[in-house]
Amino acid sequence: MSDTVKKLSFWQLVKGNIRNYSMFLMLAVIVAGFAILTGGVNINSRNVTNIFIQNSYILVLAVGMVLVIIIGNIDLSVGSVAAFTGALGAMIYNTGLGILPTILLTMLIGAAIGCFLGYFVAFIKIPAFIVTLAGMLLFRGLTYIITNVTPVSLRDDSFRNIASGSISFSFLEVGGLHLFPLLLGAAIMVVYIAYAFWDRKNKMKNHFHVLPMQYFILKLILLSLVVLVLCYKFADYRGLPTVVMVLGITVAVFVFVTQNTVFGRYIYAVGGNSRSAKLSGINSEMVTFFVHVNMGMIAGLSGIVFTAYMNSALPQAGNLFELDAIAACFIGGASASGGIGTIMGAITGGLVMGVINNGMSLMNIGADWQYVVKASVLLLAVWYDIYTRKKAGLA
Amino acid sequence: MSTNILEVQDLTKTFPGVKALDNVNFKVKKGEIHCLCGENGAGKSTLMNVVSGVYPHDSYTGKVIFHGKETRYKTVKDSEKDRLAIIHQELALSPYLPIFENIFLGHIKTKAGIIHWDRLIIDSRPYLKRVGLDEDPETIVSKLGVGKQQLVEIAKALSKNVELLILDEPTSSLNDDESDKLLDLILELKKEGITCIMISHKLNEVLKIADTITILRDGMSIDSYDTTETEVTEDLIIKGMVGRDMTHRFPEKTAVVGETIMEVEDWTVFHPEYHSRKVVDNVSFNLKKGEILAFCGPMGAGRTELMMSLFGKAYGSASTGTLKIRGQEHDFKNPMEAIRNGLGYVSEDRKDLGLILIQDVKTNISNSSLSKLSRFGVVNKDQEIIEAENYRKSLNIKTPGIEQMVRNLSGGNQQKVVLSRCLLADPEIFIVDEPTRGIDVGAKYEIYTILNDLAAQGKSIIMISSELPEAIGMADRIYVMNEGEIRGVLDRDEASQEKIMQIALRSR
Repeated sequence: MSDTVKKLSFWQLVKGNIRNYSMFLMLAVIVAGFAILTGGVNINSRNVTNIFIQNSYILVLAVGMVLVIIIGNIDLSVGSVAAFTGALGAMIYNTGLGILPTILLTMLIGAAIGCFLGYFVAFIKIPAFIVTLAGMLLFRGLTYIITNVTPVSLRDDSFRNIASGSISFSFLEVGGLHLFPLLLGAAIMVVYIAYAFWDRKNKMKNHFHVLPMQYFILKLILLSLVVLVLCYKFADYRGLPTVVMVLGITVAVFVFVTQNTVFGRYIYAVGGNSRSAKLSGINSEMVTFFVHVNMGMIAGLSGIVFTAYMNSALPQAGNLFELDAIAACFIGGASASGGIGTIMGAITGGLVMGVINNGMSLMNIGADWQYVVKASVLLLAVWYDIYTRKKAGLA
Repeated sequence: MSTNILEVQDLTKTFPGVKALDNVNFKVKKGEIHCLCGENGAGKSTLMNVVSGVYPHDSYTGKVIFHGKETRYKTVKDSEKDRLAIIHQELALSPYLPIFENIFLGHIKTKAGIIHWDRLIIDSRPYLKRVGLDEDPETIVSKLGVGKQQLVEIAKALSKNVELLILDEPTSSLNDDESDKLLDLILELKKEGITCIMISHKLNEVLKIADTITILRDGMSIDSYDTTETEVTEDLIIKGMVGRDMTHRFPEKTAVVGETIMEVEDWTVFHPEYHSRKVVDNVSFNLKKGEILAFCGPMGAGRTELMMSLFGKAYGSASTGTLKIRGQEHDFKNPMEAIRNGLGYVSEDRKDLGLILIQDVKTNISNSSLSKLSRFGVVNKDQEIIEAENYRKSLNIKTPGIEQMVRNLSGGNQQKVVLSRCLLADPEIFIVDEPTRGIDVGAKYEIYTILNDLAAQGKSIIMISSELPEAIGMADRIYVMNEGEIRGVLDRDEASQEKIMQIALRSR
């Protein structure tokens, strides 16, 4: 592409990219819709913080789940594994270990569980549906056994900070505003914008195709706005929720892994066509195995977050988490036949469901109707995805 | 005996970009055994698929007349109603159902919607007897050998009271003994008044049973011989099958052939499902630096299976034999190891095995070489774009951009993407499987040029090809395979289409 700056009309650009951004649009529409219906309650600072805290463990799970779905598998065991690791995490913490070692150890146990399940999926080649269904039953049972079907309480309250605590520094408080999240958000955006310009310059030097300047800047402005408004909401309430920090780091790591590493690219290749990937010299079995190991590790993290959220480990914790995580991935544009899906998509899908739950609760609509609405959203989102794909000749 | 049961008039059938059948005319007399001969891709199977309604009525031009009436089949079911049955090369039995249920599958008789199983078992017995299959009707089909499964297929056809039975290479996966039995059965059916059309690559079989032989070439009907009137020989058939002009031109080969780089000895490959069946049997060959080797032979000769098995056991349940590259023995456990040791494989099945259709051109090109394009596991995306752009330009891949999804490209350009992926991994030994299948003449020439350039750079190439002119025009030596064995090897200057066909097909 020698003509680096192509003349594209705004609508052409929108049309060409609508598929990639449709879930973000959907989220925006839903947030706006509930803002009207609840008289703005759902976008007040406290509620925004709550949405993240209440959905954090599902969002974390969705990050791992989307990788499993990209390779064309499914993992039904994550809810039970989260319960099991959450309980073990509580017990480990109660032995007197610090918070950080507890988290790492629990994630390691999760990874070990992932090894166990992944071995059967990748090397013995039992369909993931069956293996993880067995895992779901197994780890639910084991959770009941180790907890004696009674909640495990924690030795002190500091564990709960992982879920409901916030990061703020008293010297950065000005007139009730917690400046830390704003400063962090601004710093991240400055670094990101600098990187984006550097990358763009590099690409132009190599005569690669880049977005026309005005759209490039528009994109950056929109992104900065979203980040800064979100940070402002956190700043306005109690500072940056610890769990958002945890989620942010997880998302950042996995966006990088999927977009920029060999392993990430192998995941997409195996999901797109595992036989072709194998003939291309990719060890499909190993990729499948490690995706499941990773899922186990993420389930461990989710277990910790949920235990912290409840401030105790419940034997029935994690019930139906797997389905929420799977739904988040599909709403976020992942393909059930594998090869397609993104981390950001899954997070957006999770937030769509979270915002709907939260908004309907604020409107005093019961769980019964929440299920109905969530079901419709899931079906509609996937229908729209398949429809647009067909139209683009990709079905 | 002299009335025609089936007549095909001016039949033309096109697939996107390819004319599979071109004004085909042929007649089948009632009660005869009619054999169809032709090279791979001559249009035999397509013709039979048209006759039996696999391709619906409005997808072709021309007439198919059965029993004096023009047929307008929409599906195979319609042709079955007319008592016409086709048995495909790949058997269409349901493997986990018993024999008797397979026989009646699709037309199970019921009483008020309820199946009377015992009745079915009893009903199936006479059919089994007719085909000479001495098995309990309740035996599960997958437990039978291929020969017996073939008989079940015929019993199934008989149960539909067929008048015209079409057999597409029925003996291709049978051993000599089983083949003889099957041919006897066909002769037996002829006595019962059933007309048979048989497609076969085995000329001795054709000569043994045929009343009429029709030869197809490049989608056209060339000749029809009545074996009672003219004396037909294998040579006559072969001449009819290959007698075409060299329609493609080939670039001049300039590469100098050097020392031996790869040696394969006593290589045997076992079928992925039937572990005792040998798909490739004790094959030995060698490849030299800068050489282009061609592997010829009919479909199912075991060429692809041999190469995929050498390429890190990508085919088959097991393999034995030795593979030496530069004198060093290798035992690749998977394609990854094979690629690391300088092998590259371009599959004949671009869509299923070659490409990841939902990914873009760039990603497909880089998939084999990501470790080369990365540092500490992080992919250098700019480098990736540069490499992909290089190949887009040098191989002249026609695409709006390297971000284009490969499923939207034409066959020839898809093939170039697969070649690029292989080239980027920089192998010493290229195995290209039917590199020009289903692509247009212009793109073919470009691919030949690429292969020649590679040979000139000192790379070695193994080309599996079903197009004999291509093999002769490109290769330094031609190995001829059939039925899992290497039947012979020809040097460039002694090779001709007739010779290759003779080596492959002539009865031993």
